[in-house]
Amino acid sequence: MAEVNTDSGSSKKHGKKKRKKLSTRVDLTPMVDLGFLLITFFMLATSLIKPQTMEISMPSKDKVPEEEQTKVKASKAVTIILAKSDSLYYYLGGPEDGKDPEVLTSNYSGNGIRQVLLNKNAGAIKQLNELKAKKAKNLISEEDFKKEVIKIKGGDAGTVVVIKATEDATYKNMVDILDEMNICNIGMYAIVDINDYDLGLIKNHK
Amino acid sequence: MTAMCDVAFLLLTFFMSTSSFVAQEPVAIATPSSISEIKIPETDILKILVDSKGKVLFSLDGQENRKELLKKMGEKYNIEFTDQELKAFSVVGSFGVPIALMKTYLAMKPEDRDQAANIVGIPSDSTDNQLRYWIGYSRQVNPKLVIAIKADQTTPYPVVKKVFGTLQELKENRFNLITSLEENPIK
Repeated sequence: MAEVNTDSGSSKKHGKKKRKKLSTRVDLTPMVDLGFLLITFFMLATSLIKPQTMEISMPSKDKVPEEEQTKVKASKAVTIILAKSDSLYYYLGGPEDGKDPEVLTSNYSGNGIRQVLLNKNAGAIKQLNELKAKKAKNLISEEDFKKEVIKIKGGDAGTVVVIKATEDATYKNMVDILDEMNICNIGMYAIVDINDYDLGLIKNHK
Repeated sequence: MTAMCDVAFLLLTFFMSTSSFVAQEPVAIATPSSISEIKIPETDILKILVDSKGKVLFSLDGQENRKELLKKMGEKYNIEFTDQELKAFSVVGSFGVPIALMKTYLAMKPEDRDQAANIVGIPSDSTDNQLRYWIGYSRQVNPKLVIAIKADQTTPYPVVKKVFGTLQELKENRFNLITSLEENPIK
């Protein structure tokens, strides 16, 4: 298999003039073997898929004076409470005139909380779609587009979501809900520690 | 034969140039999925791993950075690390031991280090928050660092919250959550 054909013996009889051409063919099999071996090694040892990442910004822990805190209109607010075994509660607005808001249950599927948020955020999504259509026709620049997107998400039509996770929630629940924020184009959301009031609300709901 | 050889080496060249080796992680972590398509940078990254039981592991890239980091941690906790230990630490991938056990951890054979019994997790409670110093000193060693959290789907949220809280205390308010890709249901 791995011999180099140096066929020179028979040509000696005829003297130097009639020497046969030496074959220059080298057996490539071992080299190919080696090549494939290395390919296999690199294929197994590498990861072609780079992991994705989700950027989040948390508020700083510095105390903000009362008058500088942004007040959210109750009509724009949705509070989502992540509870145990993948269950999920939400309510629109906040307590009004001492009356508790109506607590509803939902789930993480496409028909669950996503529909609620899409409906709630419909105004902003409509504006965003119009903006995207404009962008597709190259009517506005990339920079203006980004500015407009931020303006719409934070504007009157935008929704503010407050996410509160109970002790029993898992990390997946949190990532799922953050993901819903991206899917539903919600620009303003915050992860907030759960308080006794909310715990009481879901307790009463059961 | 020549053609096959050509193809083989073409593929070989491709894999060699595109490859980045999989860094072994001592704990298995199944990340949750998200629609985010932002790729994680390859260098200057600080990873905080949280496994399903809530153990916190830490990894920093760059051998020199790691050496520097361990020196600083040693000063903080009054532990003197020898050059040999610093060298051993510079090649450690991700680790999850309290600083008090660091010396014994580094004295182990590399293959023993990743055994489950040797992954205790870095203390990150408010009483003894070592994670805080690991992150704080890493930032001093390499100001360009990007912080990423890789946690398991089933990790209880309070553990992750503790890590978030530690980052907030350090005024690291922007960080990344490592997820796997999922298709966006609404285009």
